[in-house]
Amino acid sequence: MKFKNNTVALDATDLRILEALQENARQTYTAIGKSLGIAHSTVYDRIKRMERHGIIKEYTAVIDAERAGAKNIIAIMTIFTDPKESDKVAEKLCEAPQILEVYTSLSEELLIIAKVVAENQESLHEFIASSVAPLPGVLRIRTSMITKKFKETRFSIANNPKQLTFIKEKSNK
Amino acid sequence: MNEKMNSKILRTLPREKAFYFFTSIGNYTGESATSLKEFTDKINEVNVKSLEFHFYRGDFEKWIAEVLEDKELAEQIGTLRKMSPIGEKLKNGLHRILIGRYSRLRSTF
Repeated sequence: MKFKNNTVALDATDLRILEALQENARQTYTAIGKSLGIAHSTVYDRIKRMERHGIIKEYTAVIDAERAGAKNIIAIMTIFTDPKESDKVAEKLCEAPQILEVYTSLSEELLIIAKVVAENQESLHEFIASSVAPLPGVLRIRTSMITKKFKETRFSIANNPKQLTFIKEKSNK
Repeated sequence: MNEKMNSKILRTLPREKAFYFFTSIGNYTGESATSLKEFTDKINEVNVKSLEFHFYRGDFEKWIAEVLEDKELAEQIGTLRKMSPIGEKLKNGLHRILIGRYSRLRSTF
């Protein structure tokens, strides 16, 4: 693991450890070491270093809300904003527990894209009308309700093989 | 109705109490109104789809009765709903009621 321009460069072993943790974060250092052909103490040291440097942010449980009986609806809001107010709108959205994800995007206009959860259509509308539309800088809102999910994955090191190859090559030098 | 009550109905509200015009669930048009005067003007400007959306949900009556605190106007709008107007008929009907009410309230000053 090397530092360059405030970012941490990971070597191939770090990436393989991260990949293993993303597959199953509950496996032991010994199990990871065994599957990668390295000592468990190496796995331990590298994981601790990556935790310290904020590369591993947290270990969490992925819950299937539907199976857990939750009958919520999920919607994607596209919020057109005044560019001067955009960051403030995004920060305010982040404070609401109904908002799951917030992104900004610059296409023809500055947009905020946010994923929102609500009990039903009425509570979704109530939330948007009373908490999002009144925010200064909100110009208009388009909301699409999600009806069917075809794929949902979280970012994984394995999803980005180009980066992996680049660092592997770099670490081989 | 006394002058004090009329001026209360005609007041300008803070932004968080404004009426926000949507065309469907979660789709905000960017138009809002913070007073009866502005609301009356916006009825002529916003897309008729937005008027139909709010009118048949009872949103106009609710905001007028609970936020502007004008029960009489809310009742008049409720009466209009019984006639099930749509499109331009709805727009004209709403505007006629609102402009009439606004003029009566203003005339007491």
